[in-house]
Amino acid sequence: MFIIGELINGMYANIGKAIKDKDKTVIQKCALEQIKSGADALDVNCGPASKDAVNDIRWLVEAIQEVTDKPLALDSSKPKVIESGLKAMKNKVIINSTTSDADKLAVLVPLAKQYNAKLIGITISAKGIPQNKDQRLELAANIVASCLDFGFPVEDLYLDPIVLPVNVAQAQMRDILESIREFKIISEPAPKTIVGLSNVSQGTGVRSLVNRTFLVMALAYGLDAAILDPLDNDLMDAAITAELVLNKQIYCDSYLTAYRKK
Amino acid sequence: MELVKEKWQQAVSVVNIGALKQEGGTRTHVVTIGGDRAMPFIFAEGEAPHKPAIAFEVWDMAPSDWPDELGKHYKDVFSDPLSWAEKCVKQYKAEILCVRLQGAHPDFGNKSAEDEAAFIKSLLKKVSVPLIILGCGDDAKDNLVLPACCEASKGERCLIGSAVQDNYKTITAAVLADGHSIIAESPIDVNIAKQLNILISDMGLSLERIVINPTIGALGYGLEYAYSIMERARLAALAGDKTLASPFICFVGQEAWRAKEAKQEAERGVMWETLTATTLIQAGAGLLVMRHPLAAEKIKVYIDELMKRS
Repeated sequence: MFIIGELINGMYANIGKAIKDKDKTVIQKCALEQIKSGADALDVNCGPASKDAVNDIRWLVEAIQEVTDKPLALDSSKPKVIESGLKAMKNKVIINSTTSDADKLAVLVPLAKQYNAKLIGITISAKGIPQNKDQRLELAANIVASCLDFGFPVEDLYLDPIVLPVNVAQAQMRDILESIREFKIISEPAPKTIVGLSNVSQGTGVRSLVNRTFLVMALAYGLDAAILDPLDNDLMDAAITAELVLNKQIYCDSYLTAYRKK
Repeated sequence: MELVKEKWQQAVSVVNIGALKQEGGTRTHVVTIGGDRAMPFIFAEGEAPHKPAIAFEVWDMAPSDWPDELGKHYKDVFSDPLSWAEKCVKQYKAEILCVRLQGAHPDFGNKSAEDEAAFIKSLLKKVSVPLIILGCGDDAKDNLVLPACCEASKGERCLIGSAVQDNYKTITAAVLADGHSIIAESPIDVNIAKQLNILISDMGLSLERIVINPTIGALGYGLEYAYSIMERARLAALAGDKTLASPFICFVGQEAWRAKEAKQEAERGVMWETLTATTLIQAGAGLLVMRHPLAAEKIKVYIDELMKRS
Protein backbone atom coordinates (compact mmCIF):
# COMPACT_ATOMS: atom_id res chain seq x y z
CA MET A 1 0.00 0.00 0.00
CA PHE A 2 1.12 3.50 -0.80
CA ILE A 3 0.94 5.55 2.39
CA ILE A 4 0.63 9.33 2.38
CA GLY A 5 1.25 10.85 5.82
CA GLU A 6 -1.44 13.38 6.70
CA LEU A 7 0.17 15.29 9.55
CA ILE A 8 1.58 18.34 7.76
CA ASN A 9 -1.69 20.21 7.80
CA GLY A 10 -2.24 23.75 9.10
CA MET A 11 -5.42 22.49 10.74
CA TYR A 12 -3.23 20.96 13.45
CA ALA A 13 -2.25 23.59 16.05
CA ASN A 14 1.52 22.90 15.98
CA ILE A 15 1.72 22.98 12.18
CA GLY A 16 -0.57 26.02 11.93
CA LYS A 17 1.66 27.88 14.34
CA ALA A 18 4.84 26.78 12.54
CA ILE A 19 3.44 28.08 9.24
CA LYS A 20 2.55 31.38 10.87
CA ASP A 21 5.98 31.73 12.51
CA LYS A 22 7.81 30.24 9.49
CA ASP A 23 9.48 27.73 11.79
CA LYS A 24 10.97 25.11 9.48
CA THR A 25 12.21 22.79 12.21
CA VAL A 26 8.69 21.80 13.33
CA ILE A 27 7.69 20.97 9.75
CA GLN A 28 10.88 19.06 8.99
CA LYS A 29 10.66 17.04 12.18
CA CYS A 30 7.06 16.12 11.39
CA ALA A 31 8.11 15.07 7.87
CA LEU A 32 10.92 12.82 9.07
CA GLU A 33 8.86 11.22 11.83
CA GLN A 34 6.21 10.19 9.34
CA ILE A 35 8.76 8.76 6.92
CA LYS A 36 10.45 6.81 9.69
CA SER A 37 7.09 5.30 10.57
CA GLY A 38 6.56 4.04 7.03
CA ALA A 39 5.07 6.93 5.00
CA ASP A 40 5.86 6.74 1.26
CA ALA A 41 4.77 10.32 0.63
CA LEU A 42 3.65 13.36 2.62
CA ASP A 43 0.50 15.40 2.32
CA VAL A 44 1.05 19.17 2.45
CA ASN A 45 -1.91 21.34 3.43
CA CYS A 46 -1.70 24.94 4.65
CA GLY A 47 -4.94 24.60 6.58
CA PRO A 48 -8.02 26.80 6.80
CA ALA A 49 -6.33 29.54 8.84
CA SER A 50 -3.65 30.34 6.27
CA LYS A 51 -4.22 33.84 4.93
CA ASP A 52 -1.74 33.44 2.10
CA ALA A 53 -1.88 29.81 1.01
CA VAL A 54 -0.25 30.54 -2.36
CA ASN A 55 2.98 31.53 -0.61
CA ASP A 56 2.62 29.28 2.42
CA ILE A 57 2.47 26.10 0.35
CA ARG A 58 5.65 27.08 -1.48
CA TRP A 59 7.39 27.69 1.83
CA LEU A 60 6.21 24.31 3.12
CA VAL A 61 7.37 22.48 0.00
CA GLU A 62 10.80 24.08 0.15
CA ALA A 63 11.17 23.33 3.86
CA ILE A 64 10.22 19.67 3.44
CA GLN A 65 12.40 19.14 0.36
CA GLU A 66 15.42 20.16 2.41
CA VAL A 67 15.11 16.96 4.44
CA THR A 68 13.55 14.34 2.15
CA ASP A 69 13.18 13.35 -1.49
CA LYS A 70 9.90 11.49 -0.88
CA PRO A 71 6.93 12.55 -3.03
CA LEU A 72 4.67 15.32 -1.71
CA ALA A 73 0.90 15.55 -2.11
CA LEU A 74 -0.12 19.16 -2.62
CA ASP A 75 -3.43 19.38 -0.81
CA SER A 76 -5.78 22.23 -1.60
CA SER A 77 -9.19 22.78 -3.14
CA LYS A 78 -7.80 25.85 -4.91
CA PRO A 79 -5.97 25.17 -8.21
CA LYS A 80 -3.93 28.38 -7.73
CA VAL A 81 -2.48 27.09 -4.48
CA ILE A 82 -1.62 23.77 -6.11
CA GLU A 83 0.04 25.48 -9.04
CA SER A 84 2.14 27.58 -6.69
CA GLY A 85 3.26 24.41 -4.89
CA LEU A 86 4.03 22.69 -8.20
CA LYS A 87 6.43 25.44 -9.19
CA ALA A 88 8.52 24.76 -6.08
CA MET A 89 8.61 20.98 -6.52
CA LYS A 90 11.81 19.03 -7.04
CA ASN A 91 10.53 15.74 -5.60
CA LYS A 92 7.84 13.65 -7.26
CA VAL A 93 4.43 15.16 -6.79
CA ILE A 94 0.81 14.20 -6.27
CA ILE A 95 -2.02 16.68 -6.82
CA ASN A 96 -4.60 16.41 -4.04
CA SER A 97 -7.16 16.86 -5.54
CA THR A 98 -9.65 17.43 -8.30
CA THR A 99 -13.37 16.84 -8.05
CA SER A 100 -15.54 15.59 -10.90
CA ASP A 101 -16.50 19.14 -11.88
CA ALA A 102 -15.64 20.15 -15.42
CA ASP A 103 -13.99 23.45 -14.46
CA LYS A 104 -11.68 21.76 -11.96
CA LEU A 105 -10.79 18.93 -14.31
CA ALA A 106 -10.04 21.37 -17.12
CA VAL A 107 -7.36 23.04 -14.98
CA LEU A 108 -5.95 20.24 -12.84
CA VAL A 109 -5.70 17.36 -15.32
CA PRO A 110 -3.52 19.36 -17.75
CA LEU A 111 -1.46 20.64 -14.80
CA ALA A 112 -0.90 17.08 -13.60
CA LYS A 113 0.18 16.10 -17.09
CA GLN A 114 2.48 19.08 -17.44
CA TYR A 115 4.24 18.40 -14.12
CA ASN A 116 4.29 14.62 -14.56
CA ALA A 117 2.30 14.42 -11.32
CA LYS A 118 -0.04 11.80 -9.98
CA LEU A 119 -3.58 13.04 -9.50
CA ILE A 120 -6.16 12.30 -6.83
CA GLY A 121 -9.74 12.51 -8.10
CA ILE A 122 -12.47 12.70 -5.48
CA THR A 123 -15.89 11.48 -6.54
CA ILE A 124 -17.78 14.58 -5.53
CA SER A 125 -19.10 17.46 -7.56
CA ALA A 126 -20.68 20.85 -7.06
CA LYS A 127 -23.97 18.98 -6.74
CA GLY A 128 -22.75 17.51 -3.48
CA ILE A 129 -21.63 14.25 -1.98
CA PRO A 130 -22.75 11.03 -3.69
CA GLN A 131 -25.33 9.02 -1.81
CA ASN A 132 -24.62 5.57 -3.20
CA LYS A 133 -22.26 3.43 -5.26
CA ASP A 134 -23.82 4.24 -8.64
CA GLN A 135 -23.38 7.95 -8.13
CA ARG A 136 -19.76 7.36 -7.14
CA LEU A 137 -19.11 5.29 -10.23
CA GLU A 138 -20.69 7.92 -12.46
CA LEU A 139 -18.50 10.66 -11.00
CA ALA A 140 -15.44 8.39 -11.22
CA ALA A 141 -16.14 7.56 -14.86
CA ASN A 142 -16.37 11.27 -15.60
CA ILE A 143 -12.93 11.86 -14.06
CA VAL A 144 -11.42 8.95 -15.99
CA ALA A 145 -12.97 10.21 -19.23
CA SER A 146 -11.47 13.64 -18.62
CA CYS A 147 -8.02 12.10 -18.08
CA LEU A 148 -8.33 10.19 -21.34
CA ASP A 149 -9.41 13.37 -23.14
CA PHE A 150 -6.38 15.27 -21.90
CA GLY A 151 -3.99 12.36 -22.47
CA PHE A 152 -3.20 11.92 -18.78
CA PRO A 153 -2.17 8.31 -17.93
CA VAL A 154 -5.04 6.69 -16.04
CA GLU A 155 -2.68 4.51 -14.01
CA ASP A 156 -1.43 7.73 -12.38
CA LEU A 157 -4.98 8.63 -11.33
CA TYR A 158 -6.03 7.83 -7.75
CA LEU A 159 -9.80 7.72 -7.33
CA ASP A 160 -11.18 8.53 -3.89
CA PRO A 161 -14.75 7.28 -3.20
CA ILE A 162 -15.02 9.95 -0.47
CA VAL A 163 -15.15 8.28 2.92
CA LEU A 164 -17.86 9.55 5.28
CA PRO A 165 -17.92 9.32 9.06
CA VAL A 166 -19.31 5.99 10.16
CA ASN A 167 -21.56 7.67 12.71
CA VAL A 168 -23.09 9.88 10.01
CA ALA A 169 -23.38 7.58 7.03
CA GLN A 170 -23.37 4.05 8.38
CA ALA A 171 -25.63 2.85 5.57
CA GLN A 172 -23.09 3.97 2.95
CA MET A 173 -20.05 2.10 4.23
CA ARG A 174 -20.62 -1.03 2.15
CA ASP A 175 -21.20 1.09 -0.97
CA ILE A 176 -17.94 2.94 -0.35
CA LEU A 177 -16.02 -0.33 -0.03
CA GLU A 178 -17.61 -1.81 -3.13
CA SER A 179 -16.81 1.37 -5.07
CA ILE A 180 -13.11 0.76 -4.38
CA ARG A 181 -13.36 -2.57 -6.14
CA GLU A 182 -15.51 -1.32 -9.01
CA PHE A 183 -13.45 1.77 -9.80
CA LYS A 184 -10.87 -0.70 -11.07
CA ILE A 185 -13.07 -1.90 -13.91
CA ILE A 186 -13.80 1.54 -15.32
CA SER A 187 -10.83 1.41 -17.66
CA GLU A 188 -7.85 -0.62 -18.79
CA PRO A 189 -5.25 0.14 -17.56
CA ALA A 190 -7.13 0.57 -14.31
CA PRO A 191 -7.05 3.70 -12.19
CA LYS A 192 -5.68 3.37 -8.66
CA THR A 193 -7.76 3.89 -5.54
CA ILE A 194 -7.16 5.97 -2.44
CA VAL A 195 -9.02 7.04 0.70
CA GLY A 196 -8.61 9.92 3.09
CA LEU A 197 -8.91 7.58 6.01
CA SER A 198 -9.36 9.68 9.13
CA ASN A 199 -12.75 11.00 8.04
CA VAL A 200 -14.30 7.60 8.70
CA SER A 201 -13.81 8.00 12.44
CA GLN A 202 -14.69 11.69 12.72
CA GLY A 203 -16.72 12.27 15.87
CA THR A 204 -16.43 8.71 17.17
CA GLY A 205 -15.04 7.81 20.57
CA VAL A 206 -12.55 5.17 19.36
CA ARG A 207 -10.96 6.78 16.34
CA SER A 208 -7.90 4.58 15.96
CA LEU A 209 -9.95 1.38 16.10
CA VAL A 210 -12.49 2.63 13.55
CA ASN A 211 -9.68 3.83 11.27
CA ARG A 212 -7.78 0.58 11.27
CA THR A 213 -10.85 -1.61 10.92
CA PHE A 214 -12.01 0.35 7.89
CA LEU A 215 -8.53 0.38 6.38
CA VAL A 216 -8.12 -3.39 6.63
CA MET A 217 -11.53 -3.90 5.01
CA ALA A 218 -10.72 -1.40 2.26
CA LEU A 219 -7.43 -3.20 1.57
CA ALA A 220 -9.37 -6.43 1.17
CA TYR A 221 -11.45 -4.63 -1.47
CA GLY A 222 -8.24 -3.77 -3.34
CA LEU A 223 -7.34 -0.31 -2.04
CA ASP A 224 -3.98 0.95 -3.40
CA ALA A 225 -3.25 3.99 -1.24
CA ALA A 226 -4.38 5.91 1.83
CA ILE A 227 -3.83 9.28 3.41
CA LEU A 228 -3.49 8.56 7.10
CA ASP A 229 -1.60 9.14 10.34
CA PRO A 230 1.50 6.94 10.05
CA LEU A 231 2.39 7.64 13.69
CA ASP A 232 -0.61 5.55 14.74
CA ASN A 233 1.31 2.35 15.40
CA ASP A 234 -1.71 0.09 15.71
CA LEU A 235 -3.04 1.40 12.42
CA MET A 236 0.26 0.80 10.65
CA ASP A 237 0.61 -2.69 12.15
CA ALA A 238 -2.90 -3.57 10.96
CA ALA A 239 -2.21 -2.26 7.45
CA ILE A 240 1.11 -4.09 7.18
CA THR A 241 -0.47 -7.31 8.43
CA ALA A 242 -3.35 -6.95 5.97
CA GLU A 243 -0.81 -6.78 3.15
CA LEU A 244 0.76 -9.94 4.50
CA VAL A 245 -2.61 -11.72 4.49
CA LEU A 246 -3.18 -10.52 0.93
CA ASN A 247 0.22 -12.04 -0.04
CA LYS A 248 1.68 -8.68 -1.01
CA GLN A 249 4.60 -9.01 1.40
CA ILE A 250 6.60 -12.09 2.28
CA TYR A 251 6.32 -13.15 5.90
CA CYS A 252 9.26 -13.20 8.27
CA ASP A 253 9.32 -12.87 12.04
CA SER A 254 10.39 -9.22 11.81
CA TYR A 255 7.92 -8.27 9.08
CA LEU A 256 6.55 -5.25 10.95
CA THR A 257 9.94 -3.57 11.37
CA ALA A 258 11.11 -4.76 7.96
CA TYR A 259 8.17 -3.00 6.30
CA ARG A 260 8.89 0.30 8.04
CA LYS A 261 12.53 0.16 6.94
CA LYS A 262 11.71 -0.47 3.30
CA MET B 1 -0.13 -9.20 -30.49
CA GLU B 2 1.83 -6.99 -28.13
CA LEU B 3 3.57 -8.69 -25.24
CA VAL B 4 2.54 -7.51 -21.81
CA LYS B 5 5.67 -6.26 -20.06
CA GLU B 6 6.03 -6.16 -16.32
CA LYS B 7 7.39 -2.94 -14.81
CA TRP B 8 9.70 -3.76 -11.91
CA GLN B 9 10.49 -1.44 -9.02
CA GLN B 10 13.90 -2.54 -7.86
CA ALA B 11 17.09 -4.27 -8.97
CA VAL B 12 18.85 -7.12 -7.21
CA SER B 13 21.89 -5.77 -5.39
CA VAL B 14 25.32 -6.03 -6.98
CA VAL B 15 27.97 -7.98 -5.08
CA ASN B 16 31.66 -7.81 -5.99
CA ILE B 17 33.89 -10.70 -4.98
CA GLY B 18 37.64 -10.16 -4.95
CA ALA B 19 39.61 -6.94 -4.63
CA LEU B 20 42.23 -5.62 -7.04
CA LYS B 21 45.55 -4.13 -5.99
CA GLN B 22 44.21 -0.56 -6.22
CA GLU B 23 41.32 -1.62 -3.99
CA GLY B 24 43.56 -3.01 -1.28
CA GLY B 25 43.60 -6.63 -2.42
CA THR B 26 45.84 -8.79 -4.59
CA ARG B 27 43.34 -10.35 -7.04
CA THR B 28 43.84 -9.96 -10.79
CA HIS B 29 40.11 -9.63 -11.45
CA VAL B 30 36.79 -9.14 -9.64
CA VAL B 31 33.75 -11.37 -10.09
CA THR B 32 30.54 -9.34 -10.04
CA ILE B 33 27.11 -10.88 -9.60
CA GLY B 34 23.55 -9.53 -9.27
CA GLY B 35 22.11 -6.31 -10.59
CA ASP B 36 19.21 -8.03 -12.34
CA ARG B 37 16.29 -5.74 -13.10
CA ALA B 38 13.86 -8.42 -14.27
CA MET B 39 13.22 -12.14 -14.01
CA PRO B 40 16.06 -14.21 -15.50
CA PHE B 41 16.79 -13.55 -19.17
CA ILE B 42 13.63 -11.51 -19.81
CA PHE B 43 15.76 -8.70 -21.20
CA ALA B 44 12.74 -6.86 -22.62
CA GLU B 45 11.60 -6.14 -19.05
CA GLY B 46 14.96 -5.25 -17.55
CA GLU B 47 18.69 -5.72 -17.86
CA ALA B 48 20.84 -8.44 -16.36
CA PRO B 49 24.19 -6.64 -16.32
CA HIS B 50 26.22 -9.53 -14.88
CA LYS B 51 26.10 -13.08 -16.12
CA PRO B 52 25.97 -15.98 -13.67
CA ALA B 53 29.45 -17.02 -12.51
CA ILE B 54 30.79 -20.55 -11.99
CA ALA B 55 32.97 -21.31 -8.99
CA PHE B 56 35.06 -24.48 -8.75
CA GLU B 57 35.02 -26.27 -5.43
CA VAL B 58 38.34 -26.94 -3.70
CA TRP B 59 38.72 -28.70 -0.33
CA ASP B 60 41.51 -28.46 2.22
CA MET B 61 41.55 -32.28 2.46
CA ALA B 62 40.85 -35.22 0.19
CA PRO B 63 37.06 -35.73 0.10
CA SER B 64 36.02 -39.23 1.09
CA ASP B 65 32.65 -39.28 -0.61
CA TRP B 66 33.34 -37.96 -4.12
CA PRO B 67 32.51 -40.67 -6.69
CA ASP B 68 35.18 -41.94 -9.07
CA GLU B 69 33.87 -39.91 -11.97
CA LEU B 70 34.73 -36.76 -10.02
CA GLY B 71 37.77 -38.21 -8.30
CA LYS B 72 39.51 -39.11 -11.53
CA HIS B 73 39.82 -35.44 -12.43
CA TYR B 74 41.24 -34.39 -9.08
CA LYS B 75 42.91 -37.42 -7.48
CA ASP B 76 46.36 -36.25 -8.54
CA VAL B 77 45.81 -33.09 -6.48
CA PHE B 78 43.53 -34.32 -3.67
CA SER B 79 46.43 -34.51 -1.26
CA ASP B 80 47.63 -30.99 -2.08
CA PRO B 81 44.86 -28.33 -1.94
CA LEU B 82 47.15 -25.63 -3.35
CA SER B 83 47.81 -27.68 -6.47
CA TRP B 84 44.11 -28.52 -6.62
CA ALA B 85 43.31 -24.82 -6.67
CA GLU B 86 45.97 -24.15 -9.26
CA LYS B 87 44.67 -26.96 -11.46
CA CYS B 88 41.16 -25.50 -11.41
CA VAL B 89 42.47 -22.10 -12.44
CA LYS B 90 45.09 -23.17 -14.99
CA GLN B 91 43.54 -26.24 -16.54
CA TYR B 92 39.81 -25.63 -16.08
CA LYS B 93 39.97 -21.82 -16.36
CA ALA B 94 38.09 -21.24 -13.09
CA GLU B 95 37.37 -17.52 -12.62
CA ILE B 96 36.58 -17.95 -8.93
CA LEU B 97 37.22 -20.69 -6.37
CA CYS B 98 35.07 -21.95 -3.52
CA VAL B 99 37.27 -23.28 -0.73
CA ARG B 100 35.61 -25.61 1.73
CA LEU B 101 37.53 -25.95 5.01
CA GLN B 102 36.21 -29.42 5.68
CA GLY B 103 39.46 -30.44 7.38
CA ALA B 104 38.61 -28.19 10.33
CA HIS B 105 35.65 -30.37 11.24
CA PRO B 106 36.17 -32.24 14.53
CA ASP B 107 35.33 -35.50 12.71
CA PHE B 108 37.52 -34.85 9.66
CA GLY B 109 40.94 -33.86 10.94
CA ASN B 110 40.07 -31.05 13.35
CA LYS B 111 42.59 -28.61 11.86
CA SER B 112 43.10 -25.53 13.99
CA ALA B 113 41.95 -22.02 13.13
CA GLU B 114 45.63 -20.99 12.85
CA ASP B 115 46.36 -23.77 10.36
CA GLU B 116 43.35 -22.83 8.24
CA ALA B 117 44.27 -19.15 8.32
CA ALA B 118 47.81 -20.06 7.18
CA PHE B 119 46.30 -22.21 4.43
CA ILE B 120 44.14 -19.33 3.20
CA LYS B 121 47.20 -17.06 3.16
CA SER B 122 49.18 -19.47 1.04
CA LEU B 123 46.21 -20.07 -1.22
CA LEU B 124 45.92 -16.32 -1.86
CA LYS B 125 49.60 -16.39 -2.89
CA LYS B 126 49.18 -19.45 -5.07
CA VAL B 127 46.16 -18.27 -7.10
CA SER B 128 45.01 -14.80 -8.03
CA VAL B 129 41.29 -15.44 -8.56
CA PRO B 130 38.66 -14.26 -6.02
CA LEU B 131 37.75 -16.66 -3.22
CA ILE B 132 34.61 -17.97 -1.59
CA ILE B 133 35.56 -19.41 1.82
CA LEU B 134 33.25 -21.93 3.51
CA GLY B 135 33.50 -23.33 7.00
CA CYS B 136 33.26 -26.99 7.88
CA GLY B 137 29.61 -26.96 8.96
CA ASP B 138 30.28 -27.40 12.68
CA ASP B 139 28.99 -24.16 14.22
CA ALA B 140 31.33 -24.01 17.20
CA LYS B 141 34.39 -24.75 15.06
CA ASP B 142 33.35 -22.40 12.28
CA ASN B 143 33.06 -19.60 14.82
CA LEU B 144 36.79 -20.05 15.47
CA VAL B 145 37.98 -20.86 11.97
CA LEU B 146 36.05 -18.34 9.89
CA PRO B 147 37.06 -15.22 11.86
CA ALA B 148 40.70 -16.33 11.59
CA CYS B 149 40.33 -16.82 7.84
CA CYS B 150 38.51 -13.50 7.46
CA GLU B 151 41.46 -11.80 9.08
CA ALA B 152 43.98 -13.76 7.02
CA SER B 153 42.25 -12.56 3.84
CA LYS B 154 41.51 -9.05 5.05
CA GLY B 155 41.05 -6.61 2.17
CA GLU B 156 40.61 -9.38 -0.44
CA ARG B 157 36.79 -8.96 -0.41
CA CYS B 158 36.02 -12.65 -0.19
CA LEU B 159 32.60 -14.22 0.13
CA ILE B 160 32.38 -15.98 3.50
CA GLY B 161 29.89 -18.62 4.55
CA SER B 162 27.70 -19.71 5.86
CA ALA B 163 25.69 -17.67 8.33
CA VAL B 164 22.53 -19.47 9.46
CA GLN B 165 19.64 -18.31 11.64
CA ASP B 166 21.07 -19.92 14.78
CA ASN B 167 24.65 -18.96 14.09
CA TYR B 168 25.28 -15.68 12.31
CA LYS B 169 26.65 -13.20 14.84
CA THR B 170 30.30 -14.22 15.03
CA ILE B 171 30.63 -14.67 11.27
CA THR B 172 28.82 -11.40 10.52
CA ALA B 173 31.08 -9.49 12.92
CA ALA B 174 34.21 -10.96 11.30
CA VAL B 175 32.98 -10.30 7.77
CA LEU B 176 32.09 -6.74 8.73
CA ALA B 177 35.47 -6.08 10.35
CA ASP B 178 37.56 -7.42 7.48
CA GLY B 179 35.64 -6.04 4.52
CA HIS B 180 34.20 -9.24 3.09
CA SER B 181 30.68 -10.27 2.04
CA ILE B 182 28.58 -13.01 3.58
CA ILE B 183 26.56 -16.04 2.53
CA ALA B 184 23.22 -16.21 4.37
CA GLU B 185 21.92 -19.75 4.31
CA SER B 186 18.28 -20.74 4.87
CA PRO B 187 16.75 -24.23 4.62
CA ILE B 188 14.67 -23.84 1.39
CA ASP B 189 12.52 -21.31 3.27
CA VAL B 190 11.87 -17.82 1.94
CA ASN B 191 10.59 -16.59 5.31
CA ILE B 192 13.83 -17.55 7.04
CA ALA B 193 15.89 -16.16 4.16
CA LYS B 194 14.22 -12.81 4.67
CA GLN B 195 14.50 -12.92 8.46
CA LEU B 196 18.20 -13.83 8.33
CA ASN B 197 18.96 -10.98 5.94
CA ILE B 198 17.25 -8.60 8.36
CA LEU B 199 19.15 -10.01 11.36
CA ILE B 200 22.48 -9.68 9.54
CA SER B 201 21.77 -6.15 8.30
CA ASP B 202 20.67 -5.18 11.82
CA MET B 203 24.26 -5.92 12.90
CA GLY B 204 25.47 -3.25 10.50
CA LEU B 205 26.46 -5.33 7.48
CA SER B 206 24.62 -3.73 4.58
CA LEU B 207 22.16 -5.77 2.54
CA GLU B 208 24.44 -5.10 -0.44
CA ARG B 209 27.06 -7.41 1.08
CA ILE B 210 24.78 -10.46 1.43
CA VAL B 211 24.45 -13.37 -0.97
CA ILE B 212 21.56 -15.76 -0.27
CA ASN B 213 22.17 -19.50 -0.22
CA PRO B 214 18.56 -20.64 -0.57
CA THR B 215 19.67 -24.30 -0.21
CA ILE B 216 18.81 -26.40 -3.19
CA GLY B 217 17.93 -29.95 -4.03
CA ALA B 218 19.35 -31.64 -7.14
CA LEU B 219 17.35 -32.93 -10.07
CA GLY B 220 14.93 -35.47 -8.62
CA TYR B 221 15.59 -34.30 -5.07
CA GLY B 222 13.46 -31.21 -4.63
CA LEU B 223 14.84 -29.08 -7.46
CA GLU B 224 11.34 -27.77 -8.27
CA TYR B 225 10.87 -26.73 -4.68
CA ALA B 226 14.15 -24.84 -4.63
CA TYR B 227 13.16 -23.23 -7.93
CA SER B 228 9.84 -22.02 -6.52
CA ILE B 229 11.46 -20.55 -3.41
CA MET B 230 14.04 -18.67 -5.48
CA GLU B 231 11.35 -17.46 -7.87
CA ARG B 232 9.20 -16.20 -5.01
CA ALA B 233 12.09 -14.36 -3.37
CA ARG B 234 13.15 -12.83 -6.68
CA LEU B 235 9.62 -11.67 -7.55
CA ALA B 236 9.40 -9.98 -4.14
CA ALA B 237 12.83 -8.38 -4.63
CA LEU B 238 11.96 -6.98 -8.04
CA ALA B 239 8.65 -5.69 -6.66
CA GLY B 240 10.54 -3.66 -4.05
CA ASP B 241 11.40 -5.88 -1.08
CA LYS B 242 14.95 -4.79 -0.23
CA THR B 243 15.42 -7.53 2.34
CA LEU B 244 15.26 -10.21 -0.37
CA ALA B 245 17.10 -8.34 -3.11
CA SER B 246 20.33 -10.36 -2.81
CA PRO B 247 21.90 -12.55 -5.49
CA PHE B 248 21.74 -16.33 -4.99
CA ILE B 249 24.59 -18.78 -4.61
CA CYS B 250 23.73 -22.42 -5.37
CA PHE B 251 25.81 -25.42 -4.35
CA VAL B 252 25.09 -27.40 -7.48
CA GLY B 253 27.97 -29.87 -7.42
CA GLN B 254 27.48 -30.79 -3.80
CA GLU B 255 23.80 -31.63 -4.29
CA ALA B 256 23.99 -33.21 -7.75
CA TRP B 257 26.73 -35.67 -6.82
CA ARG B 258 24.80 -36.83 -3.76
CA ALA B 259 22.10 -38.29 -6.01
CA LYS B 260 22.48 -42.03 -6.38
CA GLU B 261 21.57 -41.70 -10.06
CA ALA B 262 24.56 -39.40 -10.52
CA LYS B 263 26.95 -41.76 -8.79
CA GLN B 264 25.87 -44.88 -10.67
CA GLU B 265 27.04 -43.97 -14.16
CA ALA B 266 29.81 -41.62 -15.17
CA GLU B 267 28.10 -39.76 -17.96
CA ARG B 268 24.84 -39.53 -16.12
CA GLY B 269 26.54 -37.78 -13.21
CA VAL B 270 27.82 -35.06 -15.51
CA MET B 271 24.34 -34.68 -16.94
CA TRP B 272 22.85 -34.56 -13.44
CA GLU B 273 25.08 -31.70 -12.42
CA THR B 274 24.55 -29.90 -15.74
CA LEU B 275 20.76 -30.13 -15.63
CA THR B 276 20.58 -29.10 -12.00
CA ALA B 277 22.64 -26.05 -12.89
CA THR B 278 20.62 -25.05 -15.96
CA THR B 279 17.41 -25.14 -13.94
CA LEU B 280 18.86 -22.99 -11.17
CA ILE B 281 20.19 -20.49 -13.69
CA GLN B 282 16.63 -20.14 -14.96
CA ALA B 283 15.51 -19.61 -11.36
CA GLY B 284 17.92 -16.69 -10.99
CA ALA B 285 21.14 -18.16 -9.57
CA GLY B 286 24.03 -15.68 -9.77
CA LEU B 287 26.80 -17.95 -8.56
CA LEU B 288 27.02 -21.72 -9.15
CA VAL B 289 29.46 -23.81 -7.18
CA MET B 290 30.31 -26.80 -9.36
CA ARG B 291 32.54 -29.86 -9.29
CA HIS B 292 32.82 -31.69 -12.60
CA PRO B 293 34.96 -29.83 -15.15
CA LEU B 294 32.89 -31.04 -18.09
CA ALA B 295 29.60 -29.98 -16.45
CA ALA B 296 31.12 -26.56 -15.71
CA GLU B 297 32.28 -26.25 -19.31
CA LYS B 298 28.81 -27.07 -20.64
CA ILE B 299 27.22 -24.58 -18.28
CA LYS B 300 29.61 -21.84 -19.35
CA VAL B 301 28.48 -22.33 -22.96
CA TYR B 302 24.84 -22.43 -21.86
CA ILE B 303 25.17 -19.14 -19.97
CA ASP B 304 26.87 -17.42 -22.90
CA GLU B 305 24.06 -18.61 -25.15
CA LEU B 306 21.37 -17.34 -22.79
CA MET B 307 23.06 -13.98 -22.39
CA LYS B 308 22.80 -13.30 -26.12
CA ARG B 309 20.12 -10.70 -26.44
CA SER B 310 18.18 -12.29 -29.30
